[in-house]
Order: sequence, then C-alpha cells, then structure tokens
Amino acid sequence: MSAVQTTSPTPDDTRRRGPLAEVFFSLLRSRTFLVGFAIVLFWVACALFGEHFAPYDPLADDIINALAPPSSEHWFGTDQIGRDVFSRVIVGSRDILTVAPLATLLATVAGTALGLLTGYFRGLVDDVVSRILEAFMAIPVVIVALLAIVALGTSKTTVIVVIGLSFAPIIARTVRSAVLAERELDYVAAAQLRHESALHTMFVEILPNVIPPILVETTVRLGYAIFAVATLSFMGFGIQPPSPDWGLSISNNYGMIGGGFWWTVLFDALAIASLVIGVNLAADGVHGALND
Amino acid sequence: MTLFLLSIMVFLGGQVLPGNVGRAILGPFADQRAVDALNHTLGVDRPLLTQYWGWISNFVQGDMGTSYIFRSPVAPFVIDALGNSMKLAAVAFVLVVPIGILGGVVAALNLNRPLDRIISLGGLSVTVLPEFVTGIILILIFGVWLRWLPISAAWPRNAGFFTQLYYLILPSLPLFLVLFGYIARMARSGMIEALDSDYTRTAVLKGLPWRTVIWRHVLRNALLPTITVIATQTGYLIGGLVVIETLFRYQGIGSLIFTAARGKDFPMLESGILTIGIVYAVATLVADFLYSVLNPRIRLGSDQ
Repeated sequence: MSAVQTTSPTPDDTRRRGPLAEVFFSLLRSRTFLVGFAIVLFWVACALFGEHFAPYDPLADDIINALAPPSSEHWFGTDQIGRDVFSRVIVGSRDILTVAPLATLLATVAGTALGLLTGYFRGLVDDVVSRILEAFMAIPVVIVALLAIVALGTSKTTVIVVIGLSFAPIIARTVRSAVLAERELDYVAAAQLRHESALHTMFVEILPNVIPPILVETTVRLGYAIFAVATLSFMGFGIQPPSPDWGLSISNNYGMIGGGFWWTVLFDALAIASLVIGVNLAADGVHGALND
Repeated sequence: MTLFLLSIMVFLGGQVLPGNVGRAILGPFADQRAVDALNHTLGVDRPLLTQYWGWISNFVQGDMGTSYIFRSPVAPFVIDALGNSMKLAAVAFVLVVPIGILGGVVAALNLNRPLDRIISLGGLSVTVLPEFVTGIILILIFGVWLRWLPISAAWPRNAGFFTQLYYLILPSLPLFLVLFGYIARMARSGMIEALDSDYTRTAVLKGLPWRTVIWRHVLRNALLPTITVIATQTGYLIGGLVVIETLFRYQGIGSLIFTAARGKDFPMLESGILTIGIVYAVATLVADFLYSVLNPRIRLGSDQ
C-alpha cells in the first residue's frame, strides 16, 4: 500500500520517532483529506483576502437594486437592501472561521487538561469530575447557549466560551481513555521513580504521547463547532449584524423565501454545507492517517 | 444527576446572572419604587437558596410559576408546546428509525459495494450539516420550487390528523436527515459485527436458510447498540427542535424556549428547559428498559 509501514494502534504505537513526516505523507496520499482540505483552504483564503476579490463591498446597500435575481452584474443576486450576495458569501466566511477554531482551541486545551487529570489520578478525582462531565454532556449545546446568552448577553466571546466549554467534556473523555492506557507504561513508572512531580509527568511525559487522539478529536470537533456557530448565528445568538456571516444572512432573509427570493438564502446555505463537509472530510483523513 | 445540574444551571443562568429582573421587565425608565415592588411580587429579592427551593418544590408539584410576559401560569403553555413538539418528533422518529435501521442493514449486507458506499457517505454528509441548512434547502426544493409542501408548519385551525401530518413532513425532514446518518452507521457496524460472529457461522453451517439466519440470529444482536444510540439522540433531537421550530414557525417547546429567552421570560424559560431535561431522562430510562427486554443476557435472575 505504502512505502512507510505502520503498525496497528497499540498504546506504544502512539509514541513514534519522527512521526510527523510519516503522518504528513500519509495525509498527502489520502484523497478524502485533500478534497476536504482544499475546500477549507478555499474558505480560509476568502476569509483572509475576500474583500480584495469580491466584486462589491459586502456591506454597501443599493436600495434601487434590492432583491435583484442573479444576473451577469450580480452573480448571486442582491438581498433586501441591495447588497451583493456573491460578495457577502465570500466575505461571510470570516467570522465563522475565527469563532469556530477559537472555540475548538478552548475546548481542546480545557478538555486535554481535564482528561489528563482524570486519567492520571483516577480514584475520587476521576469519579467526581467524570460524573459532572457526563451530566454536562447530556445537555444540548443549543440549550446551554440559550441560557448563557440570556445571562451574559450576545457576543462572539460568549459563543466561543459556550461552545468551547460544551465540547471540552467530549475531548476530556477521549484524552482520559488514552491516558489510562499510557499511565501503565514503563516510561511513566520511570518518571514517577525519578520523583518527577505529577504535573511534570502528566504534561511533559504523557501529553506528547497522547497527541494523536487529541488531534483527531480536535479536527472532528472543529466540524461540530462550525455546525454550532452557524446554528447560533442563525438563531440570532451568535455573530451580530452587520457581519455578512452566512447563518446570520439566512436568518435575515429566510422570511421572504415564500416570495421566491431563493438567491438570498441558497448560496449562504450551500457555503455552510461545503465548509462543514470540507472540515469533516479533512477530519476523516486525519483520523485515517493517524490510525492506519 | 443531569437533571439536578440542569436545574442549577437553569436557575443560575435564568434568575441570578441577569441581575435586576424588575428592571429588565419595566425598562430603564421605570421608577425605582415600581421596580422594587415588582421584584418583591415576583419574589426575586429573596435569598438564593430560598428561591431555588421554592422554585423546585413548586415545579415538582406541577406549578411552573407565572410568565413574566403573559402574566398567566406557565404550565398550560409548556404542556401545549410539549404536545406540539412531541408530534413533530414523533413524525421524525417514525420515519427515521425504520429507514435508518434499514439503511444500515442494507449497507452491511452489501459491505464495501457501491450501495454501501452511497449509504455510508450520504448518511455521513447529511448528518454533519446543521438542521437549518438542510431545512432551507428542503424548503426551497419542496416548498418554493416544486410547491408540493407548505413552507410553514402552522396548520389551519381544527385541522385533522392527516392535514397536520401533511404540514409536519417538511419540518421533520431535516431532523430525519441528521438522525439518519447516526442510526444507519450504528446499525451498519452492529450488523457487521453480528455477521462476523461465531453464532452466525454456526447458524449458517447447521443449514438454516439465510433469511432465517438474518432475522433470528443477526438482527436481534445487531440492533441492540442501535437502541441505545437512538435514546442518546433525543438530546440532539431537542437541540434540533429549537432550530427547526424557529425556522418553520412551529409552536413547540423549542420555539417556546427561544421566545422566552429573547423576551427574558425566566419562569417560562426555566420550566421549558427543565421539562426538556425530564423528557430526556425519561427517554434514557425507556431505552435502558427496552435494552434489558431485548437482551436476555442482562435480565435479572428473577425474570428467568
């Protein structure tokens, strides 16, 4: 299959010498990853440089040309106050691509710390923290978000914190089970015999060896984070106007689709769909590359 | 445990953090005395523990409090909305459980053939899409272009069962799509494992017809984990309901919570969320019960 032979994922296998190159090359061979990565890269480029190649200012209204159907002038038509939908779709990737990765990062950091703690200490700490995390996981993100937003008000920070903390228990669970396997290995015993502190053993000895499962979980979570951010924006609880964010645009315009103004929502919906699928394909590729 | 945590969170999130409830209702220009008076009537100036205990004990007795906005008891609203949501969820479930399981079983029986690829990949891609995105696309296709289905779930007054059903098809489809992928994937992996097992080989080798092997030996074992997954999906389903009910302007528990959150109608919001928590807990219990009925291995000794 490949020039680089990899073994089955035993706990030992997660500790590889020079594994980065290996993973990198097997990612390059994965069609799923490449397709997903290309889609994501496209939207990242739009988020970074969108306004330079968008034909119009995404925020400039033009009330005379409001709700114009797609034409050679406005490829995707215009919305209810005459803003160019094509430009808005391009620049609309910016906010979701800032908020979702930051939320995922928060979830990964918090989840990894919790997972290391519960997995390493086991016993009472594990029991108490794990029960609380389980209870948290049973509550839908949307509900947590509704409460937090009522209590704290709407802002990007609220969204990042809500999604980050909702996803942290899930990552913690993954990390915990990886740590449980790791802590039985000799190098952990060696560290303990050297009287390394628990923190050192957890973060310097164990952490590097549980990176692969964390990486997989993070990419998967990123897909869900985009799902959640888009949904919250659509509900009016996330990114706020005048941002050309996709979820927000759909929520502003879907009231009129009964009138046949399909272009005001279709392209935003397709943009979200493509980004979510792109991230999930990439995540699938990463999963495959690390578990071959 | 989840219920307890949820009740604390709801209580803190809904009643304590927003600060002055009377001010929030009466607006920034109201007289401070009026605000104090309202706070006192609502009881939000009492100590926290007293408030929490009062709220929980009333809730358990069926008194969900009085809506700040409608100035009338919350319970009828919540019960009404819950009924509507149940209808929507029921339609989605009745559609998705058999079709999802069938999809997974068919995929497993055609393992690694094109049909399996289509079901697995298709299921995966519709599962990862947000409900409102699939909802919008479905509305455009079936409601706006083909004009087959109504784009709003608000049916005419006194509509009969079938009219209601007709109005519920489109809203239930996005929920269907999200759940389909999960259920099909679980059913598929359960089937693959069961097909690969020793008892299946024994059944085949002792000469049972393939059909009998599948029905009597494989399916029953394969679908056990799927049942647990279906129960855990009620949580996702509830999250989805909030979105779908908003999108289709449907008077369910999701849109009730949504409206209550927007209007800062805390008794309504808290009761709605706690009700959802209870529904979730019940669903999990039912799943555990079903699991033990279908799986004789974990049945208690007295049953045998």
